[in-house]
Amino acid sequence: MELTTWLNELLSDNLIFTPQTLGYYWEGLVTTTQLVFLSLLAGLVLAVPLAIGRSSGRRWISLPIYAYTYVFRGTPLLIQLYLIYYGVVFFDGIQETFLWPMLREAFYPALIAFTLNTAAYTTEIFRGAIKATPRGEIEAARAYGMSQALMMRRIILPSAFRRALPAYGNEVIFMLHASAIASVVTLMDLTGAARFVYARYYAPFEAFLFVAAIYLCLTFAILYFFRFLEKRLLAHLKPA
Amino acid sequence: MAATPLPLEVRNIKKRFGDTEVLKGLSLQAKQGDVITLIGASGSGKSTFLRCMNLLEQPDEGDLIVHGEEIRFKQTKHGREPADWKQVVRMRAKLSMVFQGFNLWSHMTLLENIIEAPVNVLGKPKKEAIDQAHALLERVGLSHRANAYPAQMSGGQQQRGAIARALAMDPEVMLFDEPTSALDPELVGDVLKVMRDLAEEGRTMVVVTHEMSFARDVSSQVIYLHEGLVEEAGAPQDVLNNPQSPRLKQFLAPKY
Repeated sequence: MELTTWLNELLSDNLIFTPQTLGYYWEGLVTTTQLVFLSLLAGLVLAVPLAIGRSSGRRWISLPIYAYTYVFRGTPLLIQLYLIYYGVVFFDGIQETFLWPMLREAFYPALIAFTLNTAAYTTEIFRGAIKATPRGEIEAARAYGMSQALMMRRIILPSAFRRALPAYGNEVIFMLHASAIASVVTLMDLTGAARFVYARYYAPFEAFLFVAAIYLCLTFAILYFFRFLEKRLLAHLKPA
Repeated sequence: MAATPLPLEVRNIKKRFGDTEVLKGLSLQAKQGDVITLIGASGSGKSTFLRCMNLLEQPDEGDLIVHGEEIRFKQTKHGREPADWKQVVRMRAKLSMVFQGFNLWSHMTLLENIIEAPVNVLGKPKKEAIDQAHALLERVGLSHRANAYPAQMSGGQQQRGAIARALAMDPEVMLFDEPTSALDPELVGDVLKVMRDLAEEGRTMVVVTHEMSFARDVSSQVIYLHEGLVEEAGAPQDVLNNPQSPRLKQFLAPKY
């Protein structure tokens, strides 16, 4: 194995970045990526109908959604994580359900908390974009015989998603960084791995600067991805 | 009587916004091939009247008959509403509208704008819609801009594109709501020329406009509105060249 020998040589004269600790960082990277990706995906799927409901003129639909986004945007994510992770055990009978093996792990409560949190933010981002649909375009859709549903699907949402893209890119980066707090409920994400390495070797700069560099790389990849999307999807806003 | 029903007939339309009655009972009959222009000062109700014709505004009273089919209304606690929205959708597909602000869908190319409603509202096969769109773009002189987005086109191009979008519906009647009012003067001519061609090929049109020469040369009937009522109506040579009412005389008089 050439690669292992090469790696061993590279790491031979330092005590902290051994193949073993790098393995922790790698597992942390996998956990962080899974957690952030899955919560963003679920949050996005939830946010689309919620944003439509939030923009509805019917108050009995829009008000409960507003209450939800207000609460989840108005309280710290850490508190939401604590409530779900420590609170879930107090629901009678939950330990007997099929859900318990999942909820017992730190990963799933963290996933639930992050999903609900990002869904709340994303709902508000989309709602703003839906509200900003030019009135004339809606009028034209009505005048051309589109039903409410068709207009939503073909005119309002495609145009709103494009408008929401830059703000949503920020939300994705925000979620990546917010995921660091998952480590406080024993999850071995990237930050969890860094904390472990720090505690073991008492080497704060090595442990945390290294993980900061990984976060920077991830952020760079996200930024680049959104720049690519904007280039493709926001072409219509650029003058020729 | 003629077997074919009138493309569009409206009877005694009334509309109020709050305490102001903006339409006080307006009627109009468009025969096949008619070009009816609505003129009048701003606030006279001409745009509102036009918007009542395809129910972008709900008239409080009056009847609307599109190609022989009368639109049914019902009273709700919010006022009068169409009884059957499916019927409204069907009727709107027969009356396509061209707006003052163009209102092309900004996230679609011009070609996509044109095929959108034919494909998704009328259920036309996409291939057919695209062929038709190219033919229409050729007509309005925009073949080279098929793949441009509205923001990349001049106002005159956008409005001609919007006319192509309206034509793609194969409408019974075309409604124009001040189609040249938002354009720079040098761009007005192109749009008016397209509209004149449409009139000459026998399209039924209702046009709200401030372009008096267009009204004089192209229309079969001119209706002058004042404060929600018809003040004077008739053939353009009578109404515009020989106005009877003092208000219309003043409206048509040079302003400088």
